[in-house]
Amino acid sequence: MRALIPWVLTALTLLGCTRTEGSAGGAGGSPGAEKTTLSLKGSDTMVILGQRWAETYMKTNPGVTIQVTGGGSGTGIAALINGTTDVCESSRPMKDKEKAEAQAKRGAPALETKVALDALAVYVNEKSALREISIPALHKIYVGETKNWKDVGGPDHAIVLYGRENNSGTYIYFKEHVLENKDFAASVQTLAGTSAVASAVKGDPYGIGYGGIAYLEGIRALDVKKDDASPAITPSLKTAQDGTYPIARFLYFYTSGEPTGLSKRFIDWVKSPDGQGVIEQVGYYPLPRG
Amino acid sequence: MSVASQVTMQRAPARTVGDPRSLRRRGGWVERIIELAIRAVALLSIAAIMLILLFVGKEALPLLTSSDVHREVTFGSLFEPLRQSGESAYTWQPVSEVPKYNVIPLIVGSLKITLVSLAFAVPLSVAAAVYVSEYARPRVREIVKPAIELLAGVPSVVVGFFALVVLASWVQDTFGTEHRLNVLVAGIGLSFAICPIVFSVSEDALRAVPGSYREAAMAMGSTRAQTVLRVVLPAAGPGIAASFVLGFGRAIGETMIVVIASGNAALLDGSVGHSARTITATIAQELGEVVVRSAHYDVLFALGALLFIATFVVNFVGERIVHGMRRRLGTAS
Repeated sequence: MRALIPWVLTALTLLGCTRTEGSAGGAGGSPGAEKTTLSLKGSDTMVILGQRWAETYMKTNPGVTIQVTGGGSGTGIAALINGTTDVCESSRPMKDKEKAEAQAKRGAPALETKVALDALAVYVNEKSALREISIPALHKIYVGETKNWKDVGGPDHAIVLYGRENNSGTYIYFKEHVLENKDFAASVQTLAGTSAVASAVKGDPYGIGYGGIAYLEGIRALDVKKDDASPAITPSLKTAQDGTYPIARFLYFYTSGEPTGLSKRFIDWVKSPDGQGVIEQVGYYPLPRG
Repeated sequence: MSVASQVTMQRAPARTVGDPRSLRRRGGWVERIIELAIRAVALLSIAAIMLILLFVGKEALPLLTSSDVHREVTFGSLFEPLRQSGESAYTWQPVSEVPKYNVIPLIVGSLKITLVSLAFAVPLSVAAAVYVSEYARPRVREIVKPAIELLAGVPSVVVGFFALVVLASWVQDTFGTEHRLNVLVAGIGLSFAICPIVFSVSEDALRAVPGSYREAAMAMGSTRAQTVLRVVLPAAGPGIAASFVLGFGRAIGETMIVVIASGNAALLDGSVGHSARTITATIAQELGEVVVRSAHYDVLFALGALLFIATFVVNFVGERIVHGMRRRLGTAS
């Protein structure tokens, strides 16, 4: 009798599997009158945000399927132009040339919707005497031209660079906006995840890192100056929202023409308090109100 | 390979220890079915390894054949220095306006960390093996041996975390290294992972030396130390060498500890105080979101194939040495 138990359990498990598969197949197999799938493609920075939005939206709207893929803002914009995605996620505004292409190919203008805000913090150890840094100085540090803290007003000690691995959206953003697409210095230590960067800087008095503002446990975010003459701005919800913090940016959705049907309902939800509430769970900032 | 040999080893005692007649009385077919099942499982594991190798090779193949990929990288350019006026001409920068795929820093990084880990693990493990096999009383041995082998069961992510939080600070304070996460930290962390295998294989090799060797040495008036140093260790030499080889194979394939503790900067230098990037860490960090079928993807699979072949050859050599020694000493199981 006892020998039967594992077999019964196995059988039940198998039964369970087929049951779930069956129901999933049913949902996908019944085509509704209205479109029930939506594709989002683009920015790697926004993949996690888009996925969290999609999950939350699908939970309250059963029967709707939202697919989110990355590839980069450029890939997403190309997909929008070619009509292979409903919504393009982009962490940069579309260029005029791209807008003209979209108009020509799709016969409708590419419409921009701002959906969230992103601010990048520059981390240093709590023991560091440094309080602020300018973007050009940060650029020189991360391409490996400035190698010593004394060149930026710190102690006479080599700068230890921490960054993200190269599949990270934050890596790309930093590379685009701070390094102007130059390569990172070979000596940048690449760590898996912002929390790893934060904990490395926490343990290294001469370290510097970058990442989301939500990880300031035991480390300090430097105030950032747009250039040497500008005032130093502390990263916060407020300075990100009013646009004074220099490495803050909007995150965008693009659609071909006015969004309709499911696209419209999803985008409206994203801009509603419910949708905006999801943003801070991921680590970005909601849009300024009004 | 090792799975198969384990299976055969387990099967052999079952035949001799159990009463064969009771099995035969219940019907030979029971035994035959069990034997077939065990053989199928053994073959299945070999087939799985072969299929994985085929898959990795297939994914890496466009590097040799595809002209799309060749516009970005060729097999030869993986190893050639980049001709540019920078200071580091061997560059691994796969995400760039001009992607740079040079695997030399990665290979050197892997070797550096592996050698450091062997430098720590080998003396400790061999000394421990000599103690357990030659000096320890049976009761002590029964505690020490499983305790060391239990180290192998510590998840490598836990070792990595320990290296990141505790070891890194200690190493930096003690040796004043420039980078907090560096070759030394990763190597010491990694040595925790390979100590059990080096110890275990060395200890087996020492125990495989027949007692008659020791008795003969003692009878000639040798002290215990002389017996160990002049007779037992040389006789077990190939087995101990095999333990280095197997430890090397384990270390070069280890991923989690080095991802966490090495800092992963693709620097090409001889310093152990600097960060280094290993092949395994590169694959782990970059394969997650690389565009499938891109040149970058193919290069990562080529790295995987390289690693696979290297560990396969190294493990094979290690196993052959152990077998050869056993046969020579007449203690083959």
